Amino acid sequence: MTVIDGTLKLDAEEARRVRQARLERVGRWVLPLAIMILAIWLWDRICVWNEIPQYILPRPGVVLQTLYNDAGLLFSSLLVTLRITFLSLALAVIGGVGLSVLFTQSKWVEMSFFPFAIVLQVTPIVAIFPLINIYVNNQTTKLLLCAWIVAFFPILSNTTLGLNSVDRNLRDLFKLNGATRWQQLRYLRLPAAMPYFLGGLKIAGGLSLIGAVVAEFVAGATGQSSGLASRIIEAGYRLNAPRLFAALFLISLTGILIFLVLSLISHLILRRWHESALKQER
Amino acid sequence: MIGEKVARAPASDVAPTLLALRGVGKVFSNGVTALSEVDLTIREGDFLSLLGPSGCGKSTALRLIAGLSTPTSGVLDWRGGGSLDRANIGFVFQEPTLLPWASVFDNVWLPLRLKGISRAKAAPAITQMLARVHLTGFEDAVPRELSGGMKMRVSIARAMVTKPRVLLMDEPFAALDEITRFKLNNDLLELWQDERFTVVFVTHSVFESVFLSNRVVVMAARPGRVFDELAIEAAYPRDEAFRTSPDYAALCRQASDVLVNAINSTAGPHHDGH
Repeated sequence: MTVIDGTLKLDAEEARRVRQARLERVGRWVLPLAIMILAIWLWDRICVWNEIPQYILPRPGVVLQTLYNDAGLLFSSLLVTLRITFLSLALAVIGGVGLSVLFTQSKWVEMSFFPFAIVLQVTPIVAIFPLINIYVNNQTTKLLLCAWIVAFFPILSNTTLGLNSVDRNLRDLFKLNGATRWQQLRYLRLPAAMPYFLGGLKIAGGLSLIGAVVAEFVAGATGQSSGLASRIIEAGYRLNAPRLFAALFLISLTGILIFLVLSLISHLILRRWHESALKQER
Repeated sequence: MIGEKVARAPASDVAPTLLALRGVGKVFSNGVTALSEVDLTIREGDFLSLLGPSGCGKSTALRLIAGLSTPTSGVLDWRGGGSLDRANIGFVFQEPTLLPWASVFDNVWLPLRLKGISRAKAAPAITQMLARVHLTGFEDAVPRELSGGMKMRVSIARAMVTKPRVLLMDEPFAALDEITRFKLNNDLLELWQDERFTVVFVTHSVFESVFLSNRVVVMAARPGRVFDELAIEAAYPRDEAFRTSPDYAALCRQASDVLVNAINSTAGPHHDGH
């Protein structure tokens, strides 16, 4: 390497590569942001040029204004939706991991009960809801049950896969050292399943939000203590498009935040040892 | 030579028997006879290599000795009766087989941890073992940060940290480059001479088996069986000088001839692989 004035002298190819990498780093953030701003500007212009009334398509500024004016109402609804989302996600984690641990303890249990989990997963939740409506009285329980059914399957199936994909030799090693079933689970299977579980968790995070919103939609719940879906239905009836958009915006934002937080958690846990996290570092 | 370890004679017939395999056979459920009528005596302090082509059952034999598998026929007789406590067996696999999420230190801790020994209590033994395999300073590294040779050193340290009487090794250096393999051969021999444990070493390398062992047991395939045994009567310690000596070359040639005979002895058309 030739170093002149403390800087590395690069040939044309390497210099181009460095330039390209720098551009890509900046572009990753700037490009989507620019497109987003452009799209919002275009939206605004279309409203103005075509003189579209506010109750059909509000201008972005109006949506923002509504978000500010109706903040109290919208954010209390957001809290309701968030509560259902996170409670159902927590239950999905407990249920999914618990069941998958149970499944891996015995092949017989897995063979017997896994089909039920699949049936529960493939049946559209909207179709099951009327039944839940009959059997369950408590509103929160109804919504929770709905969101849980949607969210728990990816965790169950991913964690089961992870618990079962332990290196054969490592299993032999544990056997050789006289490991108990519990030790094998604690020190080998659970850590080995971690990347799979986190993958499932990322999917389940989004699904639990969808589950919470869909459940509320089907429940058609209205009133002071209900969530964002009710706000959307309500706004739809009243042709209050700005509030509808504002509620929609909050739901999307929540989904994005959930995804980002879960991705971050996953990255922090796996960054030292798992291939999936290594690629992000480079 | 000053400062050199006392030359150790190859373990002879005088050493007491550690394990005797008598008429041991293994037939898998798919009908394959992996081992047939194996008689083999392993003595205390042996460095015994099982040498043979793939499919000769050498790995199966090792798994039987480890207790990871049970024989279809015959007996494994530990020190003239009973079975050896598993705590007395160390096993090194062909791959390093480390926990990818755990540090080097914690990987070596694993066998002790499974016996309920706390990290603090195990620390002196772990630190000492890591020093023995020249990994001091890498305690906090995770496996992916290590080279293939270093991973194998961790694997050996993990197998040895319980101070086993027998170390079973299943082609441990097969995936390494030659320079790394030679280095690990030397270090393994040094460890063996200091600690005086027994090694059963599975390999398909004539050169490796001759360099390391005092006994080379040549096996043949279909069915897997013991074909012949060679005593490697070169004194320990064996070092780089031995590796380039005419004695070594002659012994390798001798072992190669036996191996060729073993391969040719296999009845039926010759197939590669299993």
